[in-house]
Amino acid sequence: MRVRLRVNGAERQVDVEPRVTLLDALREVIGLTGTKKGCDRGECGACTVHVNGRRIDACMTLAVMHEGDEITTIEGLDHPVQRAFLEHDAFQCGFCTPGQLMSAAACLAEGHTGSDAEIREWMSGNTCRCAAYPHIVAAVREVAGRA
Amino acid sequence: MRDVGYLRVGDTAEALTAAARPGARLIAGGTELVNLLKERIEQPDLLVDISRLPLTDITVGPDGLHLGALARMSDVAAHPEVRSGYPAIAQALELSASPQLRNMATMGGNLMQRTRCPYFRADHDLPCNKRRPGSGCSAIDGDHRAAAIFGASESCVATHPSDLAVALVALDAQVRTTARTLPARDLHRLPGDQPHRDTVLDHGEMILGIDVPVSPPSAYLKVRERGSYEFALVSVAVAAETSGGVIRTARAALGGVAPKPWPLDVDLAGVPLRRDELRAAIAPAFAAARPLPGSEFKIELAQRAVVRALTKPIGLMGET
Ligand SMILES: Cc1cc2nc3c(=O)[nH]c(=O)nc-3n(C[C@H](O)[C@H](O)[C@H](O)COP(=O)(O)OP(=O)(O)OC[C@H]3O[C@@H](n4cnc5c(N)ncnc54)[C@H](O)[C@@H]3O)c2cc1C
Ligand code: SF4
Ligand code: FES
Ligand code: FES
Repeated sequence: MRVRLRVNGAERQVDVEPRVTLLDALREVIGLTGTKKGCDRGECGACTVHVNGRRIDACMTLAVMHEGDEITTIEGLDHPVQRAFLEHDAFQCGFCTPGQLMSAAACLAEGHTGSDAEIREWMSGNTCRCAAYPHIVAAVREVAGRA
Repeated sequence: MRDVGYLRVGDTAEALTAAARPGARLIAGGTELVNLLKERIEQPDLLVDISRLPLTDITVGPDGLHLGALARMSDVAAHPEVRSGYPAIAQALELSASPQLRNMATMGGNLMQRTRCPYFRADHDLPCNKRRPGSGCSAIDGDHRAAAIFGASESCVATHPSDLAVALVALDAQVRTTARTLPARDLHRLPGDQPHRDTVLDHGEMILGIDVPVSPPSAYLKVRERGSYEFALVSVAVAAETSGGVIRTARAALGGVAPKPWPLDVDLAGVPLRRDELRAAIAPAFAAARPLPGSEFKIELAQRAVVRALTKPIGLMGET
């Protein structure tokens, strides 16, 4: 099936079987491998992208369901929280980081940053095996202007 | 994942025609169905994509709250009038899944998620009567922590995972489908000897929306193994009117304890909001509990949760 997506501002036509997830279409068909596949079952958030401005798990949706949708991946993200992650050592191996950043940018836009507890709750869809959590919270807190 | 056909429908009539075909399955947010497709637990021939149907209304009026079947969990939870007038619903949703999943998942899909236990989706082919009728039940022979204490059968002891459904039962909501309107408490069925059937809906029947009558103050309490992003061990939704520290009317439902949201069918009118009196008043509802050895703890846990939900100041988490 042919699907038309807008990925990071550029028009993309892809030809995929209905069973292909948005995550696999981005990584294997379009070649944008910044979005990571962790669990492939909605549990880790490594695959977080923005669809029409909202954060979602790309492993839990099919590419064919996104005809005409505006998709932003880590390759298209330009947000102060990226620098904050660097400054606060908010990653070790970096595998979860693209998803953490996409989620953090959305969390900030949603305004769920009133306290550290609120940041933790609203970042809980992204797990980090290296347990960089305190540094991730610090980075989000700084961009929220509470540092 | 097996190959499958795909059809994006433009209106409800088209959805109904397509969904009636044998082998067809509705897909809304996809957050449950895509997993089941990957694991080959569901193997439909055709996916009928209803995600763009305009059934996304969230309206609050003098007759109550109306939620379209495709309203997203995050949008319902964030709605100011849902938070103020129907806090049990907002809390149940906000304590479910993750922000990303709540941006995708819908009201209809949430209610229609499979009743299951951890063995249902285990990677290997463990016995499970729900997946393969007649193969046995790994949960009865294995770990009971997730097992039901009410309404289970010898063929299946799984619980229904929806937090929303528990709140809807406590708030006496109705579910509107393409074929009928039924009380939320009658949507899910007990396993009996047909554990592969989770709800009373027929093939091709589609949920259109949820109607909730005007509600007294309400709250949702979820007890789980970790602080966030986890299904309930036990949960409770309460809606209660009180005056002078005494209950005038109360309705409660439990989650995590049965194959469906379990209404707490005891009359609490006149009971003072004190621990001992509340414990005595709700105890009869637990006489019917039939736990497995490893799920017995839920009887005490659930009663404590009910008392806490009724006695804590009722309001949104973090806002009390
Ligand atoms: C990691 C993880 C954690 C989770 N934690 C929780 C939790 O704590 N609490 C909780 O409640 N849920 C939890 N969930 C489940 C999640 O809430 C559901 O997957 C979601 O609500 C399903 O909605 P959907 O729109 O994505 O459904 P879909 O996946 O699109 O559909 C699910 C089922 O519903 C049917 N369906 C969809 N719409 C309709 C309709 N209108 N009429 C009739 N049938 C319909 C579909 O055919 C399918 O069988 C979790 C899920 C994951 C992956
Ligand atoms: S409890 Fe039900 S879902 Fe779980 S293994 Fe037994 S039959 Fe399967
Ligand atoms: S890869 Fe999508 S949530 Fe883990
Ligand atoms: S930095 Fe390694 S998983 Fe998060």
